[in-house]
Amino acid sequence: MASEGIIRSEGRKNYLNAATTVKSWLLTLDHKRIGLLYLFAISFFFALGGIYATLIRLELVTPEGDLLTPEMYNRVFTMHGVTMIFFFLIPSIPAVLGNFCLPLMLGAKDVAFPKLNLMSWYVFMIGGSMMLYTMLSGGIDTGWTFYPPYSSIYSNSQVTIAGVSIFITGFSSILTGLNFMVTIHTMRAPGLTWFRLPLFVWAHYATSLIMVLGTPVIAITVLALAFERTLQIGIFDPKLGGDPVLFQHMFWFYSHPAVYIMILPSMGVISELIATMTRKRIFGYNFVAFSSLAIAVFGFLVWGHHMFTTSQSMYTGMVFSLISYAVAIPSAIKTFNWTATIYKGSVSFDTPMIYALAFLGLFTIGGMTGLFLAALGLDVHLQDTYFVVAHFHYVMVGSAVIGFLGGLHYWWPKITGRMYSEALGRISAIIIFVGFNLTFFPQFVLGQLGMPRRYHAYVPEYQVLHVLSSAGASILAIGFILPVFYLAWSLMYGEKAGANPWMAAGLEWQTPSPPPTENFTYQPVVTHEPYEFEQVPEIKQAREAELLRA
Amino acid sequence: MAEHATHIEGLAHHFVSMEQQKEAGMIGMWLFLVTEVMFFGGLFLAYTIYRTIYPEGFLYGSHLLNVTLGGTNTVVLIVSSLTMAMGVYYSQKGEPKKVMGFLTLTLILGLVFLVIKYFEYASKIHDKLFPAMGWYNPETTGAHGVPLNLQQPVRVFLWIYFLMTGLHAVHMIVGAGILITLILMTRKGKFTKNYNSPVEISGLYWHFVDIVWIFLFPLLYLTGYHLSVGGH
Amino acid sequence: MNPSSFLIQIPFFPEQASNFALEMDLFYLFLFALTGFFTVLIGVAAIYFLIKYRRRSQGEVPEQIEGHLKLEITWTVIPFLISMVIFAWGAKLYYQMYTPPTDALEIFVTGKQWMWRAQHPDGQREINELHVPLGRRVKLTMTSEDVIHSYYIPAFRTKTDLVPGRYTTSWFTPTKTGTYHLFCAEYCGTQHSGMIGKVMVMEYSDYQAWLRGVPREKSPAEAGEQLFTSLACSNCHLENNSGRGPSLQNLFGKDVKLANGATVKVDETYLRESILNPGAKTVVGYTNDMPTFQGLVTEEQVAMIIQYIKSIGQKQGSGQTATPAPAAPAPAAQEVGRPAAPQTAKPAAPQGD
Repeated sequence: MASEGIIRSEGRKNYLNAATTVKSWLLTLDHKRIGLLYLFAISFFFALGGIYATLIRLELVTPEGDLLTPEMYNRVFTMHGVTMIFFFLIPSIPAVLGNFCLPLMLGAKDVAFPKLNLMSWYVFMIGGSMMLYTMLSGGIDTGWTFYPPYSSIYSNSQVTIAGVSIFITGFSSILTGLNFMVTIHTMRAPGLTWFRLPLFVWAHYATSLIMVLGTPVIAITVLALAFERTLQIGIFDPKLGGDPVLFQHMFWFYSHPAVYIMILPSMGVISELIATMTRKRIFGYNFVAFSSLAIAVFGFLVWGHHMFTTSQSMYTGMVFSLISYAVAIPSAIKTFNWTATIYKGSVSFDTPMIYALAFLGLFTIGGMTGLFLAALGLDVHLQDTYFVVAHFHYVMVGSAVIGFLGGLHYWWPKITGRMYSEALGRISAIIIFVGFNLTFFPQFVLGQLGMPRRYHAYVPEYQVLHVLSSAGASILAIGFILPVFYLAWSLMYGEKAGANPWMAAGLEWQTPSPPPTENFTYQPVVTHEPYEFEQVPEIKQAREAELLRA
Repeated sequence: MAEHATHIEGLAHHFVSMEQQKEAGMIGMWLFLVTEVMFFGGLFLAYTIYRTIYPEGFLYGSHLLNVTLGGTNTVVLIVSSLTMAMGVYYSQKGEPKKVMGFLTLTLILGLVFLVIKYFEYASKIHDKLFPAMGWYNPETTGAHGVPLNLQQPVRVFLWIYFLMTGLHAVHMIVGAGILITLILMTRKGKFTKNYNSPVEISGLYWHFVDIVWIFLFPLLYLTGYHLSVGGH
Repeated sequence: MNPSSFLIQIPFFPEQASNFALEMDLFYLFLFALTGFFTVLIGVAAIYFLIKYRRRSQGEVPEQIEGHLKLEITWTVIPFLISMVIFAWGAKLYYQMYTPPTDALEIFVTGKQWMWRAQHPDGQREINELHVPLGRRVKLTMTSEDVIHSYYIPAFRTKTDLVPGRYTTSWFTPTKTGTYHLFCAEYCGTQHSGMIGKVMVMEYSDYQAWLRGVPREKSPAEAGEQLFTSLACSNCHLENNSGRGPSLQNLFGKDVKLANGATVKVDETYLRESILNPGAKTVVGYTNDMPTFQGLVTEEQVAMIIQYIKSIGQKQGSGQTATPAPAAPAPAAQEVGRPAAPQTAKPAAPQGD
């Protein structure tokens, strides 16, 4: 049969062709469509953030500040951080893959509050539009961390509007987290007990905990900053009796747990990818599940490790350092468990697995370099240098973004009903891995050598490493752009996917690709543990076919 | 095509049963209230820190507030929580007239709170005790018995006061909006013995806003109550 | 020979020019080795498993392994113990770095957008440079005049933020002569990357010579003494405790008892607060009458006054509680919150800078 667009797929109604008007998309209550609305939005912001990154790396090829003025450079790196963190990373996996997959994995028809779900997207779009307006009217130059007194008094950029934009966008996060928690608590299919849940669900539950508890604190912090800036109230101004370091405490109280919002869903994806691609139940399932919760809880207690050099008390610093090591342990446990899952598995090297393996390597480095920074004495030298920049890009890009891309490639057939080119998928993953390391590994050395971050121009002895880094960035860019093309191509011309192309266990694969609007045409009932590959019908069929051939 | 189950009044299509829907609503509201605790928490943190640094400033600052008006507001809110609880009770009993009565009473009490708040704020602004831009005048605080070298700490107290009670007032206004919506829905006969969770969930929100005030009142108003200074 | 000096020849480390640098580099190498070990361990294990257990047929289902409790415990406990070692070493180094010695050469540093000012004890000033003597302990007392900055000397491995409204300290002993980079390490606006300077470590005799060569203004302590009189501090802070305020003779470094019962040490931070926000901590036996000088003195003037007060407090050792003699005109010990007569005295006009 000639390949057709997905709009007409054998006449079967699915969530994509159920209604095709613009209104049916913009007023949809279907979690799957909302997931796609989010995908378009965050992809746009990722592209924007990438343009900022390109400008940064172009500027840093030479030691002089010859491409951009200092003001411009300061705005560019600030907007890069704000866009990537608030408008890409924090929503990414939960709002796209979480929204799409969670009800399917739970055997439910939708999330608990579909209208709140749609509202969360509109809130995101409003916040995002405000940030776009900020950008178009000059942007902000305070760094994504907005430290006063610079941001409250001295900066003459659009700080107040940016703050309000983040305030609004935070509600999108809160609504998503709230929705997920209630859904997981109340809408599991019959027989789906907590310890039969896929680890993706556990990861999203832990993430939602953080979204719900942490985001309100950044909300009140930016609100206070906005009042400070517009009314000169004196909250953070020492000349009026305020304390600038109080801002840092309030800011990091959210922003540290926020990094766990970014990484936990990615870890959930990796659990799914490795299980399916090695055909094994994740080694130490209980430990991995509890590690997610432990990271969420402990993550709230370590914010002061961003402030070791700010003159907070030495003893305070010691408490934060100690707990920071405690929070590293669950991540280590997960890494060991994932590696152990491969042992005696049945390994296939499809694109999602390449991403999962990239994650394993890059997250190990990213996580372990966190240990350097959590060490009080060493942090004195490394704080605010490129070492920190390298560390967080290893965990945010090398781990979180890689997890997002891996998940996107894994669930692509389920979302669209199409397969993409496997060759291009694997090549892109490898290009991203190589480009990423070349971009960011030299930055560890730069930081160790003393190059501070947020520098527009630098002393000439750092140039070689910067050139290496920028070269890597150009390769990384290619790796990120390729999927746009072959994934878009697959929508029209890709091979049609069956319900379970990866032969995975999990309820989402027991319904057609793409799924019908109501997810399941029957009421799913769960009678066995997760990752029970023996029970997967497609595997049983394949085995029978082999036995017949033999 | 999927068969239609018999349509249950008030049951959203993605839920399997009324119990599931109600449980979801309740957990959702409790979670939302947790986020509100964290939201106010930031300001309580600021209060704690600045009060530790400026204990005397906070005493004098607190003394500038009108305990009579604040105390009246406290009583008003507590009574409104009672009327709200009665409204929830009667919605569970399926008696819409009584529900409307009690919800309206709650709304009126909430509006009384806001009116008193308005008068408090107006008097502060009139006295130039509003810590923003050039409006704050140290000599004014001096006229209220505050030593000159404490005017900055008192200023800190005042912005904390305005931010905390202001944020609370915003929540009260939202609460009033919710009550109006509930009253209109009751009028249209939306709530029955079997479907009344919106009333109960809104009750949770109202009680939460009340509890926040019960913390705010002693921390802000009663701290300096024992000072006997010329002026108020 | 220590391994890290070898690695300095390959440019992975800055030069080691302070007493902290060697230990920090060894610590870094230890962590690097640890990271390398675990990365290789996981990498080798993963690659081995990936090759050995690659999928051979579409229908195969491997034996499902739940987990292994002993293994889980092992790889929880061992990383935990290792991280405790790392924590302890880091904490020890940090403690040393943030416990400044009492007998150090004290230099006062102010940062402002986008330059550094350093003032040596006898009044010599420098802009964007810092001359320090080899082998002597040096303590920097720092503050910012506007936004948060950070004083970072990579060769010394030291870094401390400069926060407006408070004093922060950094200390080191230079161990190698030469010229080293000074960077601002907390984003502070447009010219943040231009807020850099040079640290010059010289032999002690050369340092003395340099000091003599710099045109000297009054020493901060002398300037402070002048301010003390011109701002009328001396009207209340009489030497024999007979004034409205406590005597400041021999006060620096001692503990004083406050009206609310707490005890506080008289250091730079306390003195600064007492000048700018005197009502915050009232000494027992005195009333809350001191006017605030917020907005009437600059940060540098405050530092000068503090230097003066330190200079009249050097005679006796620290650690004794200063007990004020019963104040004659003011009423005896008041509870917190019951002031005496309302404030009427106006502060004197400040000395121009």
